[in-house]
Order: sequence, then structure tokens, then C-alpha cells
Amino acid sequence: MRDLAQLALDTATQQGAGYADVRVVHRAEESITVKSGRVEGVAFGESEGFGVRVLVDGAWGFASSNELNPTEANRVASDAVRIARASATALREPVRLDDRPPARGRYETPLTEDPFAIPVDDKIGDLLAADERMNSVKGIAFTESKYNAQRERKSFAASDGSETEQATTHVGAAIEVSAVDGSELQRRSYPDAGGGYGAAGYEYIRGLDLADHAEALAAEAVELLSAPQCPPGRRTIVLHPSQLYLQLHESCGHPIELDRVFGTEASYAGTSFLTTDKLEQGFQYGSELINIVADATAAGGLGTFGWDDEGVAAQSVPIVQSGRFVGYLSSRETAPRVGRQSGGAMRADGWNRIPLIRMTNVNLLPQPGMSLADIVADTDDGLLLASNRSWSIDDRRLNFQFATEVAREIKGGKVGRLLKNPTYTGITYEFWRSCDAVADASDYRMLGTPNCGKGEPGQLAHVGHGVSGARFRDVQVGVGKW
Amino acid sequence: MSEVVQRSELQLAERVLGLAEAEGATEAEVLVLGGSEQLTRFANSQIHQNVAETNTQVNLRFVLGRQIGVASTNRVADESLRGLAQSAARIARLQPELEDFRGLPAARPRSEVSGAAAASTVNASPATRAEGARAVIAAADEAGVLAYGSFRTVTERIAVANSCDIRVAEERTHAQLITVCMGTDGESGYAEAAAVDVEAIDAAAIGREAAEKARASRGAQQLEPGDYPVVLEEYAVVDLLDMLGYMGFSALAVQEGRSFFEPGKRIGSELVSIWDDATDPAGTPASFDYEGVPKSRVELVDRGECRGVVYDAQTAGREGRESTGHGLPAPNPWGPFPLNQFMAAGDQDRAALIGGLERGLLVTRFHYTNPVHPKLAIVTGMTRDGVFLVEGGEIRGPVRNLRFTQSYLDALAGVEAVGRTRRLLRGFLGSAVVPAVRIGSFTFTGATEH
Repeated sequence: MRDLAQLALDTATQQGAGYADVRVVHRAEESITVKSGRVEGVAFGESEGFGVRVLVDGAWGFASSNELNPTEANRVASDAVRIARASATALREPVRLDDRPPARGRYETPLTEDPFAIPVDDKIGDLLAADERMNSVKGIAFTESKYNAQRERKSFAASDGSETEQATTHVGAAIEVSAVDGSELQRRSYPDAGGGYGAAGYEYIRGLDLADHAEALAAEAVELLSAPQCPPGRRTIVLHPSQLYLQLHESCGHPIELDRVFGTEASYAGTSFLTTDKLEQGFQYGSELINIVADATAAGGLGTFGWDDEGVAAQSVPIVQSGRFVGYLSSRETAPRVGRQSGGAMRADGWNRIPLIRMTNVNLLPQPGMSLADIVADTDDGLLLASNRSWSIDDRRLNFQFATEVAREIKGGKVGRLLKNPTYTGITYEFWRSCDAVADASDYRMLGTPNCGKGEPGQLAHVGHGVSGARFRDVQVGVGKW
Repeated sequence: MSEVVQRSELQLAERVLGLAEAEGATEAEVLVLGGSEQLTRFANSQIHQNVAETNTQVNLRFVLGRQIGVASTNRVADESLRGLAQSAARIARLQPELEDFRGLPAARPRSEVSGAAAASTVNASPATRAEGARAVIAAADEAGVLAYGSFRTVTERIAVANSCDIRVAEERTHAQLITVCMGTDGESGYAEAAAVDVEAIDAAAIGREAAEKARASRGAQQLEPGDYPVVLEEYAVVDLLDMLGYMGFSALAVQEGRSFFEPGKRIGSELVSIWDDATDPAGTPASFDYEGVPKSRVELVDRGECRGVVYDAQTAGREGRESTGHGLPAPNPWGPFPLNQFMAAGDQDRAALIGGLERGLLVTRFHYTNPVHPKLAIVTGMTRDGVFLVEGGEIRGPVRNLRFTQSYLDALAGVEAVGRTRRLLRGFLGSAVVPAVRIGSFTFTGATEH
């Protein structure tokens, strides 16, 4: 691999690249899906290839191939240079990269049980056990249990002498149950909608105790069918971690991507309300309780690594401090434009994609004082919302609307009746400013998603979110006609 | 060139089929997805990303009686392919039997479709795409706004071989140019073109459309959310079809009870007819699906009434019928999807559509839509890149973007006029050929700051 990477780098620089980097990536994936007691699919996949990124006269070019041989290395490197020269025909500001020391070293996800070494029938058995418990509940319509594992081995080399080797392992699992009655459909998921994911081995899956949660989950889905509709109004809401992480993802994680701020995602995902003047002003993003970091070193996070795909070392970047906006997710190209060094957030979805600024682990730090249960007990009249059902946010990440699978009324500090089809909506900074409680470290957990979409061609990133739960005041709930 | 290429993909598929049979498969299916994709992105009126990819993915479905294992790889050396067959066999042997598995689909006569690929798209160079980007940028310059967008060319070479005598291969191409033009006052406009043949895309015209829309949206005013009649341009209508296809026009969604679909149920006005037809050269043609089954035209909605849904081999087998040719690569827990939807054109030109609004909104497109309740087809999302208040049939001026929370079924039921021209557009589930529509009432539930 090293020879192939060096050959591509030599070809690129000989043909005029001022900077070049090469990533050789091998990715293995395993997935198991059980639907209503039936093993719907077991699949093992692998993908291997390399990508060459070059900077020629200030313009980018990128080419990639799944054929790992010297002839192809030369062809792809030449193609990348040719593409960069085409880019230069529509260039107004040449790209400049910040300085960083050449990256060297190895990184590997710490894990206890290699998920690829666990027999497949054991993993199927774990899902079938949970699925059977869900199906034992009368009134459910269909169930789904799933497991995924991914291991990516990546070699990075750059024309400045950087050389790194990384092996990351991610696992995840979920159980979902749906109940149907006429035109009503209710779903419940555990550990959250889409699944629980971590950078770990199979010990993470065992720790989810899927089967132990299955029956109660199914019973709640059936109960929701006859639950009252969540009424509209302005309410106090308490967000369980299973919803809070996605709120954080959409309304903080994406708007702090500095490439988005500079417009490079404008035609697709949109831009950001967090423009660079707001960094200079120390914009009040949230209440004083809000402290957010983008931490690529956090244990167990899907956004944890040794170096990003530009060879910048993993680090923890302050984003919001005591409610004030203080930092972005950034790259070597974008960070100098706000007078900073790259925060190491450039990540590519495999060998055939160019790195983009992606979330690492964007975490809402816990606050000492109250656990999530204490916050509920401290709430006179509100709703406890859990597990995402739907999400949407505008192209500058201001107006959002979420639906959750379930709401529980809170009256006098006690959790009460179930409400179905809850939704809530707001404007990002107004919402975070209305936060008057963040749960303490006892409820803090690392969640995340392996499906964060961005870019063209489309890329999916694995990103993490550390959250503990939080309370928000005067929020519009119950949106739309039902 | 393309026939040679297709033969090589099919030969690869047959080679893997032989390896699977040598490993003891009672049935096997090999899907080869080869090809290349190039994309040039521009922002702030300059190219900032420019990428190219070539790849060949081999997907093996290995069957042992009623046990099934699936493995895939993009390593096509002999040793890797043998490993692929062994891996799929190992997985299959560990599986419980699928009681309702009725075998892989058998070969059926199929007609070749015309116009699935264009040589100009296969051979499009970085210079071709840069030229398109520059044409859009020039239009934006003229209007005093900045251009953002992408120009994509894709060549797909698909082959399927299975042990029930399916042997099919096809080259397909598509190209897509999208652009958002934006100015310093918050104004923005959108335009898009898609085609099998990249030469059919008029980049300058797309640039002018988006730039003019941006200029017209300067100085947008706040509007109170509420119920308004709307004219949805084609870019918004494609989202209706995408979402309905995702939520309800799949046989699996019906079989699991999560679809709104019931045969004969009225879900749209008399003006609404929707079908899926991959054989129509007006779309992005394909003659077979990812299981190698010939594509059939399926009437989804006929003059407002539910008619049919799309099937793959598995969902068809459960009902004792034949697949309609809408299968996705195995393993596929999501079921079949309509990837080539069409909506019938009407008889109104753009001026007549807008002219029918006493007080309503002209909406360019939707952004970030998501189902809130799939069975009721309630969807939320934002407007984007040009929303205009219309009074007395005349455009009065731009308004800021609004959030909607709306049943797409109620929207179809409220269609009161349909445009007489249609556009081919890419959706998130494939392509769609759609007209603009006027809808009697659309529920906007929130507003944003731009």
C-alpha cells in the first residue's frame, strides 16, 4: 500500500500538484436484519480502493479507483491533476492550506470482543431472542431487529511526508416494533430510533440488553394506539437523550460546519445562520447552561479517530461556552479564513469520496446539579419526549420541527399518561436559550448516528453525540392538523 | 464499446455464479454494478470540488434450499471472488430457513428499452462539466448574484446472472445539473435539469432560470403561516411522488400494514394519475431491475384512485403473483420501490396555473422533507429558493420561507389544475417526470427568518 501511495504522490507532484494526498481504504461490513421472527438478511460486504486528492495552482482535483495496482495509481493521479486543471478554469480565490506538522502514527479503536470474530449464529440468536419477546405482545403488527458492524482500515500519505495508519471499528443494534389500527400506526424503538451505535466491539451490543427491553417496548407501541393525541400549545418539554442527541445534531452539529458557512453546500444541504460575524460577536447561541464541544478524542464515539483525512490530529474543539458561540468544525482550507488552525474535522466516506467537514463527536456537556429524573421531578407541568420519529430543519438550520415516538405528561413532577404523535418546533437559538436545565453526568451517554448525510456525491458519516437530557421552556408542541 | 463493456460485466457475473455453484449453492444470483461517476461542484461562482470514481461491485445471493446468505465485494481478482462465494455460503449455512422463500426469479422475455445510455455522457470530460459550470456562473454574474451547484455525469453498467437462467446486462447513463443562485439580500433561486444525454442539458438556460428567480426573490417579506392555495413548481411536485413512493406504493409497505394504499381508495382528485414506467424513454430508461426481472409499467393512481403497487420477487411470491421488476439489491429489508414515476400532464400553462390563485403562494421547491406520520402521509418540510405571494392571479412579490405540515394525500385530493408541460427530475428514489400543479389548500405551520 505504501508503494502504491508513494507512486500516486510522485505522479501527482511530477505533473504539477503543489500538494497531494492519498488514502487507501479497506472497509468490511456485516449486517443482520430480523423482521417479525424471520431472518430477513445476513450480509457481509467489503470495499477497497484508493483516492488521490491534488491541489494544482490553487484548484482541487480528486480521482479514485478500486483497482490497486501501479498502472491504476498513475492513471488516477494523472486524472486528479487533469480534473484540477479543469477546476482552475472557474477559480476566483486559490485555495490555501494552513500549516500543520506532518502526521505520523497509528490508531486503533479500543475494543474487548472483536465483532467480526463472534459467530454469526450467536449474533442472529441475540436478535431473534429480542424479536421473539416483542412478538409475544398481543396487538403488534410487525417487528424489526438489526445489527451492523463496520471495520475500516485506512492508510493516509501526503506529499508533505505524512503517513498514518488507522483501524476503526463501529457496531450498532436496534429493535423496533410497530402497532397498527386502521389509519393509526405507532412505532417504538430501543435504544433509540435508528439504533444505538458505538466505536467498540461486541461488548457494546451485549450491554444494550436488547431482549430485556423488548416486551415493554412492544406493550408501549400497542398502548400508543389508543393514547390521546398530543394537544397543541406552548409547553415545557424535557428531552430524553434519545431525542436530545438528534436535536443537537441538526441544530448545532450542522450549522457549525465551516464549509457550509462559506457556501460550499449551498446548492444541496444549505448554508448556516452561524455566519462568521457571529463568531466575532460571541453570539448567544443558548442559555448559560449550554456548553458544547466537538471532541474527536471522546471514548466510544462514532466520531473518534487518531487523525482526520487531512492528517490533522484528533482534538476537542470548544463550540459553545456558557451559551456563547466560540468555534466551528473546520478544515485546513477553511480555518485560516477565520484566523484559526484546522480543528481536524475533514472526513471522507470511504476511498471514493473526497473529505468534507463532518461532525466528530458534538457533545452537550452535562451540568452538575440534577439528574434527568431530578429534572422531571422539578417540572410542574410539561412533556417528556423520547425517541425520534421525524426531523426537518431549514436550509440555514434555524426553523426545526421534530416528532418523537412517545410523549409522557409530567404533572407535579410525576410522569403520567402517554400521548401519541407528539411534535415540537422552534427557532434554533431561541430554543437553546430557553434551556433551563441540563442533566448531570450520571445520565450522560454517547449516542450517535451512522447515517449523517452530506455532500455530492452523497456521503454518510458516522458521528457521535454525548448528551444527558435537558429541559426547555415555552416550546410550541402539537403541530399540524391531525 | 458499451456492448463490450456489458459483456465483460455479464462474464464476471457468470464467473461468480459458477463459483457459487461450486460451493454447493442450490440457487444463486449475482449482481454486478460497474461504472463511473464524475461530479463538478461550484460555489461562490467558482469550482471548489471536482471528483471522479470508477468501481465494480459484485453482490452474491447464495441459496441453500431456503437458507440465504449475501456477500459483496469490489475486489474482482479470482481469489477474492472465491472468498466471496465461500463467505456467502458460510452465512447461508448459518441461517434459519425462510419459510416463505419461493425461489429466485426465473428468466422472462423482456424488451430492450431504447435510450438507456448516451455516448456523450459516458465520454463527458472534466472540461465538459467545467464549461457547464462556467455557463451557469456567467448567467449569475449577469444577474448580480452568485452561483452554487453541481454538474454530474454517471455511467452504470449493470449485469445480473442467476441459476434460473436470467442473463441480462445493460449500460445506463444520466446527467444532472442543479444550481442555486443567491445574493447578499437573502434572495435565492433554483433550477435543475436531468437527462440521459448530457448534451440535452442547456446549462446557460438553467443558470438564467435560477438567476432570474433569485433576482425576483429579493426583498422577501414575512408572511403569516396558515392555509393557502399553492402552485407547486415541478421541483416541489417531485417530492410528493418521492414521498408517496417511499411511504405507500411498495408492496412490502402494504403487506406490513404501514401503507395508506388500498385498491380503489380515492386519494387524489380526478386530475391525478401516477404510474411507474422504466421503459418510457421520456424518463431514465431501464429494462430490468436489480434481480434481473423485466421492468413493467405499474399504474399507481388512476384519476385519483389507488390502482396498484410495485413488487419484487419476494413480495410478489407472498401473493402468488409475478414481480413487476422493482427489486433492489439483496439483502433488501426495505422492499421494492418505484424508481421511475410519471405524473400525467394537464392542460394549463404556467400563467394559467398562477392565474387561478386568488390569494396564494407560488412555491419553487421543498427542502428537508420527512414523514411525520407515514400511514396518514403527513409530511413536514420547508419551502426554499423562491416563494412568491400571488394575488388576483398576479405575482405580488417574494415572501420568506415557510414550514409546512401537510398530508400529501390531502394535497393530491386538492389538486385543481395541472401543468401541460413536464420536467424529468432526479428525486431521492430515482427519477420522476412531473408537471407543476395548483392545489386548493396547503397547510403552512411555521416561518423562518429568510
